[in-house]
Amino acid sequence: MTQLDTSDAAAETLKGGPRRRRVRMTGRGVPLPLLVPALVGLAFLLLPLIALLVRAPWRSLPSQLTSTEVWQALQLSLFSATAATAVSLVLGVPLAWVLARTEFPGRGFLRALVTLPLVLPPVVGGVALLLALGRNGVVGQWLDSWFGITLPFTTTGVVVAEAFVAMPFLVISVEGTLRAADPRYEEAAQTLGASRFTAFRRVTLPLIAPGIAAGAVLAWARALGEFGATITFAGNFPGRTQTMPLAVYLALQNDPEAAIALSLVLLAVSIAVLAGLRDRWMTTS
Amino acid sequence: MSNLRTTAIEGTDDKGLDAHLIVDRGTFRLDVELTAAPGDVVALLGPNGAGKTTALRALAGLVHLTDGHLRLDGAELDRTPPESRPVGVVFQDYLLFPHLTALDNVGFGPRCQGATKAESRAIAAEWLDRMGLAEHAGAKPRRLSGGQAQRVAVARALATRPRLLLLDEPLAALDARTRLDVRAQLRRHLAEFEAVAVLVTHDPLDAMVLADRLVVIEQGSIVQEGTPADIARHPRTDYIAQLVGLNLYKGRADGHTVTLDTGPVITTTEDLQGEVFVAFPPSAVTLFRDRPTSASARNLWHCEVAGLETHGDQIRVDLTGELPLAADLTTVAAAELDLHQGALVWATVKATQTHSYPA
Repeated sequence: MTQLDTSDAAAETLKGGPRRRRVRMTGRGVPLPLLVPALVGLAFLLLPLIALLVRAPWRSLPSQLTSTEVWQALQLSLFSATAATAVSLVLGVPLAWVLARTEFPGRGFLRALVTLPLVLPPVVGGVALLLALGRNGVVGQWLDSWFGITLPFTTTGVVVAEAFVAMPFLVISVEGTLRAADPRYEEAAQTLGASRFTAFRRVTLPLIAPGIAAGAVLAWARALGEFGATITFAGNFPGRTQTMPLAVYLALQNDPEAAIALSLVLLAVSIAVLAGLRDRWMTTS
Repeated sequence: MSNLRTTAIEGTDDKGLDAHLIVDRGTFRLDVELTAAPGDVVALLGPNGAGKTTALRALAGLVHLTDGHLRLDGAELDRTPPESRPVGVVFQDYLLFPHLTALDNVGFGPRCQGATKAESRAIAAEWLDRMGLAEHAGAKPRRLSGGQAQRVAVARALATRPRLLLLDEPLAALDARTRLDVRAQLRRHLAEFEAVAVLVTHDPLDAMVLADRLVVIEQGSIVQEGTPADIARHPRTDYIAQLVGLNLYKGRADGHTVTLDTGPVITTTEDLQGEVFVAFPPSAVTLFRDRPTSASARNLWHCEVAGLETHGDQIRVDLTGELPLAADLTTVAAAELDLHQGALVWATVKATQTHSYPA
C-alpha cells in the first residue's frame, strides 16, 4: 500500500479552499473525483476483512482450530491445492510453451479456449467435468469399465476439479513470461548443438522460472479457494472431498463460530501467499 | 552492377563453404553466392537491411532457404537443423545465458555434443584460458565487461569445434576503446582458426582488419567482392565509395577524358575506352571562391555548398551543382574561403589524383 499519499491528501481535504488549487497546480495530489471513490473502494475491500477479525471468537479459537474436522479440511485443502498445482505445472508449462513459441492455424482460438475456465462459472465447470469424467461421462465410462477408475466424489476428483479451474492461471502467466523472454537464447542454444527440448530444459526453463513460480502461486491460491467445481464434481464428504471452503460454507449453517475460525485460517494462508509474492507485485510502482 | 568473382576455390573442391543462399520473404529477396576455403575469413559488408544478418542466419540454419544450396566440407546442410550443423555463432549481443557462469556457457556446446559434465568443463576452462579469461570462469555474464563477454561468446562458439564460424557484428556492442583491443584479439583468434569464418558488419574498418575478403551486399544481392585493398581502391557503388571515403562517378571513357552519364567531363590519368568508374579522394579537391585564372587544373566545376561538417581535424564540404562531390579542407582554409551553406565555389581536381578503372 505505498501508492496513496492518503494522509497527506486527506489533510488537504480537511483544510478546504487552497487544497483544490494546489491539486490542480502541482498535479501531485489526488483530484477529489478520484480520491472519494478510491477511499470508498478501499473501505469496501477492507471492511469485510476487519469485520472478520472483529467478530472472531478469539477465546474459543484454539479449541475450534484443533477440532478434527478443521484439521481434516485444512489438510485436504493443502494437499489437493498442491496436487492440482503440480498437475497444472506438468501439463500447463508445456502448453504455455506451445502457445507462445509455435505457429499453427487456430492458435489464437486455442488460446481463447484455454482461458475459458478463467471466466466460466466454476459450477458450470463442475457440471462439465461430471459429463466428461463422471461414471457415465464421455470419457469417464471407459475409465470406469476399463481401469476401474472413478473420479467423481473422490479426493482425486477434488484435485481434478481444482486443476481444471486453476491451470489457466498458470498457463496465462507462463505464456506471458515466455513471450517477454528473448527467443534468441533458444536459437543460441540450438547453434551450440542443443535440440529444441534441451534448449527449453537447460535455457528457457531457468530463464522463465520466476514467471512459473508466480503462475504456480496464483494457481495454488485459486485451487485453495475453489468451491463451485469441487462441490459439483466431488461432493462434500468430510475427510474425503470436504475442503476448507466447503467446510466454511457448511459450518455457517449450524456453527457460525467454526465458520469464522475456518475463514481466519484461509485469510492467514492468503496473507502468507501475498507476503511470498510481495517482491513481485507489491513493489511495482 | 556486374559481378566480379575474385575468388574461386580450385583444387579444394570438397573443403570449405560453398553456398548459394536464396531466401524469399515476399517484399525482400536475398540471393547471395558465397564460397570460401578453410582458413578464409569473409566479411559480409552492407548497409542496414541489406540482408547480411539473414544470410548469416541462413548459414546457421535459423532461417530456411527458399532455394539454392549449402555445402560445408562437401556435406549438404540445406535440410540439416541448426543443432546438427558444425556451425558456431557469435551473436551481435552475444546472448550469453544469463543463468550460467562463463565456464558453463562455454561448456554448454561440448555438453550438448555428448561430453560429460567434467569433460565439458575441462574443455571450457581450456578455452577461457586461451581467451585470457581463466579468472572469470565463475562469473555470471552480467558481471563481465563488454569485452570479456565478447570473448566468452567467441570461446563458446569455438568450443564446439565448428567447421564454420559465424560472427554477427562482433564488435558493434563495444565502446571505442574496448573495440580496438578486442578487434586485435579477434583478429588473432580468426587467424588461428583453421575452418571458414564469415562475419557480418557494417563497419568497413572491422571488415578490413578482420577479413581476407569482403563481400558487399546491397538489397539482398552481392554488388562487389574482393580483397579489402581492391575494394578500397576500386569501389563500384555509391555505398562502397562512401564507406571507403571516395568520390565515385560512372561514365564513358575516350582516352583520358571521361564523360559522365550526367554530363560533366573528368580528365583522368588512365587511358581507357568504354564504360568506366572514376574515383578520387575528397582531399584531392581544391576550392576557390573566384574562378581560378591560372587554371592548371583541367577539371574545374562550379558548385554550391550543400553542407559542412567536421571530419576528424578536417572540414568535410558537401557540394552540389554540375558535379556533386565531397571535399576535405583544413579548418583554416574553410574559414578563409568563408564557406557557408549556399556559397558558390569553384572546385578543381588534378588529373593525376583521379583514378579510373573499367566498369
